[in-house]
Amino acid sequence: MKAGKVEGVIAEFENPAALIKAAEQLRDSGYKKFDCHSPFPIHGMDQAMGEKRSILGWIVGPVAFIMVLAGFLFEGWTSTIAYPLVISGKPLFSYQAYGAVAFALMVLTSALVSLVGMLAINKLPRFHHPVFYSERFNRATDDGFFVSVEAQDERFKEEDTAEFLKSIGGREVELLVAND
Amino acid sequence: MSVENTVAADTFTEPPLIKGNQTFASVTEIISSIVEKKPKKAWFVLFGLASSLVMILLGSIGFLVWEGIGVWGVNNPVGWGWAITNFVFWVGIGHAGTLISAVLYIFRQKWRTSINRFAEAMTIFAVICALIFPGVHVGRVWVAYYMFPIPNQMAIWPNFRSPLLWDIFAVGTYFSVSLMFWYTGLIPDLATLRDRAKTVLRKRVLGLFSLGWRGGNKQWKHYELAYLLLAGLSTPLVLSVHSVVSTDFATSIIPGWHSTIFPPYFVAGAIFSGFAMVMTLAIIARKIYNLEDIITLKHLERMNMVIMVTGMMVGYAYSMEFFIAWYSGNEYETFTFLNRAFGPYAWAYWIMISCNVLIPQLFWSKKIRTSIPLMFVISIFVNIGMWFERFVITVTSLANDFLPSSWDYFSPTFWDVSLLIGSFGLFFTLFLLFIRYLPMISITEIKGVLPQADPHYYENHA
Repeated sequence: MKAGKVEGVIAEFENPAALIKAAEQLRDSGYKKFDCHSPFPIHGMDQAMGEKRSILGWIVGPVAFIMVLAGFLFEGWTSTIAYPLVISGKPLFSYQAYGAVAFALMVLTSALVSLVGMLAINKLPRFHHPVFYSERFNRATDDGFFVSVEAQDERFKEEDTAEFLKSIGGREVELLVAND
Repeated sequence: MSVENTVAADTFTEPPLIKGNQTFASVTEIISSIVEKKPKKAWFVLFGLASSLVMILLGSIGFLVWEGIGVWGVNNPVGWGWAITNFVFWVGIGHAGTLISAVLYIFRQKWRTSINRFAEAMTIFAVICALIFPGVHVGRVWVAYYMFPIPNQMAIWPNFRSPLLWDIFAVGTYFSVSLMFWYTGLIPDLATLRDRAKTVLRKRVLGLFSLGWRGGNKQWKHYELAYLLLAGLSTPLVLSVHSVVSTDFATSIIPGWHSTIFPPYFVAGAIFSGFAMVMTLAIIARKIYNLEDIITLKHLERMNMVIMVTGMMVGYAYSMEFFIAWYSGNEYETFTFLNRAFGPYAWAYWIMISCNVLIPQLFWSKKIRTSIPLMFVISIFVNIGMWFERFVITVTSLANDFLPSSWDYFSPTFWDVSLLIGSFGLFFTLFLLFIRYLPMISITEIKGVLPQADPHYYENHA
């Protein structure tokens, strides 16, 4: 039987505080392609990992702005150019009435972009990932706190990285090898 | 000289939100085991009951579409009967869910985590029930798509000046955004269920819907911002939806409807009725599934306070309407309000006042707002009262308008009643399916508010 390619290494940590400490040490020793898995978001983890703030807001904001304008113009276009019809003697371009629909269109599209944008940035759905090779990783959604380092990281060396994770308090250090 | 005020520090330390000294694993176990075990007998009984009412709903809709809306009790002045009453009632019920999930999230009210998931589910199901009524009220349901701005062979477009069209957009957006918000919250919990799944089918289905969630911080980072954005978008949305619904009435010239107080008055009423419904459902679910440690008395008490406060806002709106009717000097307006309180529908008006204004005042007493049987009964009264509020607004104004010769009395028919009962059946059927198959409390968020979720916890307790 030929041993598969090592795609990363994973280690378990005791609790959220230990995970944060591990993240800080990984960050300081120059690792980039690592992630800290926890059943809930941990306060302060972004700084510990050296992560920047999510860019999602910069995507949703412009969409909201464009859509509220587009909704307003669309309403104006249908009632003045596409289908000019006098109703109750009101002017064709009754902009006072356009707020509710323009607002609803803005909220609808921005919410959609928030959800879809979040999934796209996270590259989800993705049903296969090296971390799932580990049997223990099931507990990452229950009460396990894990660090995973990907093999693509510049500093990654099977033995060294595993040793390093052990030295910073990681338990059950495991190489991620395709098991199928 | 510096004085350390240790007394104040002790007084203001909050007791834990979640009781029973839970660990992360025990939270997972308590909540996920509900959907992994075979349901209890009570669930089957309730589901059987609720789904038979859905049959009544479907039958009634079928007959209504076949025969036309003449099967209802609507008559010449009262063109809007129970259909709009039910619509406004159900949309209102939904509001508590969004308030809890979005507004309380932005205000960082951590106690919301125990109730937000099923309150959001309730929102979605209530809005589904609400959408049925304007849907069937159009009479020719097969041309309902005319309401959407779709390019068509007749080259006509909807009239964007009409508040009824605003409604389509407001409620449609509300439904879609609530659904997305709910699903976003569900992703990590579905991953928890996926990782606990024993059978291949469960693994596959839950795996599909949890999208391969790994719980890495590089994902949480974007996830949390997306959640915050959705909360930020839902907050003005929840305030706008019932405001738009109220413009269905307020932009007309009918006495009793043509009033600027309507938008805030409707929003307060919506939150009031929604919280009452959350209360009714939470008390039952908590009892059946032994969730007393997670939905504690403290949570219920806080919800009761919200009910009391919004109940007083509604009471204020009722009295202000009366005051303005007199102060305006408009005789039609004055008549409409006197007629509401002392006319042919006085019975409905006083049911509304007793249920919405008087009964919630009992919550001033700590004994009553922490007594589960009493708060259950009061929440039912509020649900009834808020249905009557919409009935009073809709029917009394239409039945006795400007011209006495056109007045008429509205009485519901069998089909009015069967549609209302059927919509309750649909609501409970969907809700029962939800608690059977999905985690009814957010596992992730509950873990996040446990004391040991805070990294600083370990500095003091190491």
